[in-house]
Amino acid sequence: MMEPVIQVDELVKVYSLGEVEVHALQGISLSIERGEFVAIMGASGSGKSTFMNILGFLDPPTSGQYLLDGINGEHLSRDELAEIRNQKIGFVFQGFNLLSRTSAEENVELPLIYAGTPTSKRREMARNALSQVGLEGRFHHHPSQLSGGEQQRVAIARALVNQPSILLADEPTGNLDSKTSVEIMGIFQRLNREMRITIIMITHEPDIASFAKRNILFRDGKIVDDHVNLPLSNAVRKEVEK
Amino acid sequence: MTRLLASLRIALRALMVNKMRSTLTMLGIIIGVGAVIAMIAVGSGAKKRIAEQIASMGSNMLIVLSGSSTSGGLRFGSGTVPTLTADDGKAIANEIPAVKYVAPNLNGVAQVVFGNQNWSTVVTGQVPEFLEIREWSLSSGRPFTQQDVDGATKVCLLGQTVVDNLFGGVDPVGQVIRIKNLPMTVIGVLDMKGQSTMGQDLDDTIIVPLTTAQKKLFGMQFPGMVRQIAVQARGPEVMNEVEGQIADLLRQRHHLQPKQDNDFTVRNLTEILSTAEQSASVMSLLLGAIASISLIVGGIGIMNIMLVSVTERTREIGIRIAVGAKGRDILLQFLIESLVLSLIGGMMGIGLGVAGTLVLATFTQWPVLFSIEAILLAFLFSGSVGVFFGFYPARKASLLNPIEALRYE
Repeated sequence: MMEPVIQVDELVKVYSLGEVEVHALQGISLSIERGEFVAIMGASGSGKSTFMNILGFLDPPTSGQYLLDGINGEHLSRDELAEIRNQKIGFVFQGFNLLSRTSAEENVELPLIYAGTPTSKRREMARNALSQVGLEGRFHHHPSQLSGGEQQRVAIARALVNQPSILLADEPTGNLDSKTSVEIMGIFQRLNREMRITIIMITHEPDIASFAKRNILFRDGKIVDDHVNLPLSNAVRKEVEK
Repeated sequence: MTRLLASLRIALRALMVNKMRSTLTMLGIIIGVGAVIAMIAVGSGAKKRIAEQIASMGSNMLIVLSGSSTSGGLRFGSGTVPTLTADDGKAIANEIPAVKYVAPNLNGVAQVVFGNQNWSTVVTGQVPEFLEIREWSLSSGRPFTQQDVDGATKVCLLGQTVVDNLFGGVDPVGQVIRIKNLPMTVIGVLDMKGQSTMGQDLDDTIIVPLTTAQKKLFGMQFPGMVRQIAVQARGPEVMNEVEGQIADLLRQRHHLQPKQDNDFTVRNLTEILSTAEQSASVMSLLLGAIASISLIVGGIGIMNIMLVSVTERTREIGIRIAVGAKGRDILLQFLIESLVLSLIGGMMGIGLGVAGTLVLATFTQWPVLFSIEAILLAFLFSGSVGVFFGFYPARKASLLNPIEALRYE
């Protein structure tokens, strides 16, 4: 049996804001297999963003264990964690987080620069990734010359370019209108289906979550629901797209 | 290597985006480096002129001046009472072994005429050794000889300024000029010496045989009278010894009683000038130090802007860290940025410093001297200022928390 790509046990995260202690995560356990498309839902303050930061090796848990591809980040240095993020994790943010005054191509090249990929290969890989998200012919456009949906697609290309184990998307449609949101979800579904990319996505919109194969609901730092979505019928999809 | 090149490109692009800001930041370094280079050039120029001055006076020089006079309680300066003779000079040469050359001389101001031109200048009676002591050669003609001194012949050597004022393009050698109405044949022209440290024109002079000056031009209150005796010692180590021996010898020759004051003064010229040279060195150092302060102020300017830049680009730094930039990648990126700022500033500063110094030299006639070492030093200094003041902001950037950085608005 294949090892799960993400294995989380009794994850706890406590922030201390001065005198007050905030228990953001109160014992989360779950595993995610390769090729899953998971939507994590929950109201704001439910701990889903904290969970995402831990999954992205951006923030260490207070206690509990998290294995990504069998790697435990607990005793790794800042630089070693940066290397794991670079090799194994692709990030897509709500606010796109592209470098301004930098072309789409160069934005996508960014993880490759830090991976030490040679310049010529970098260009080729970046263009391939942009083509996968349907942005041929937009290689030299700057973020300010692109629509929101296009910017998010550049961000997805950047997350994909290093062929990571997981793609972490934090409210990827939060800044987009519903039509564009559906487009982005279409891209996610295609990447998941055709390239077997594992996607973990945070959202608070149920109709966006419905594009994922599995939905997990967070409340007050705990998982309250975890179920597999049935594939949406075309009729339902049409309804959502309206 | 790939990462280093990439960091360099990222840094250059960031600087290009804020051209105005980058230029203003560099300005501090430009002015600093320019000032250091200009100040060192002016300082070294002054030092070099003094060194030339020492060479032009001859090294290891002592000057014996005749004594001062007292009249009605009023004391006059050295040389007001003639007490020295050419024979004193001969005695110094013969009896003190550490003496290399002795040149007694007598001078005065005289009007000089050639054709319809005339000029007033200092005419000095000298012996042939004079040229050796002063390390002065002729640009044309021949020097006078001991025979000219023995025979008090009417020949003279002209300084370049005198030639320029009397002869417009005519070759002076072989011409006859009149000094105090006495016809004298020009036998040679002295090399240019330029100005002394005090700004005196060393080329505005005429040299004649000592005896000619004594007998035919200025007259003597007593036989063999000279105004000064220039003495060159064999080396710098015997200067004090020679100074004492001259004093002893002259006291004896002038029949001075033990309680009587010297009727002459012995001056160590080289010492005076090396003191001047030392103070010029100190001056040069001081000027350089003051200029370096402006370089450091420029460095603080860089630090300031880099801190602003790090804050402004917090989000960008967060993105970079999230996609896998290590601490040293971020550190390097910002360090290269400040290094590039300071090195480009340094290069422009070198240009500004050299140009400014040349302009200064043209307008003030100050001597200036550029040295590759000083320029390299200023450049390297500006580089280290960039690294030093860039390090703190760069380190701050590299330690940012990616989550907070990504959330930064």
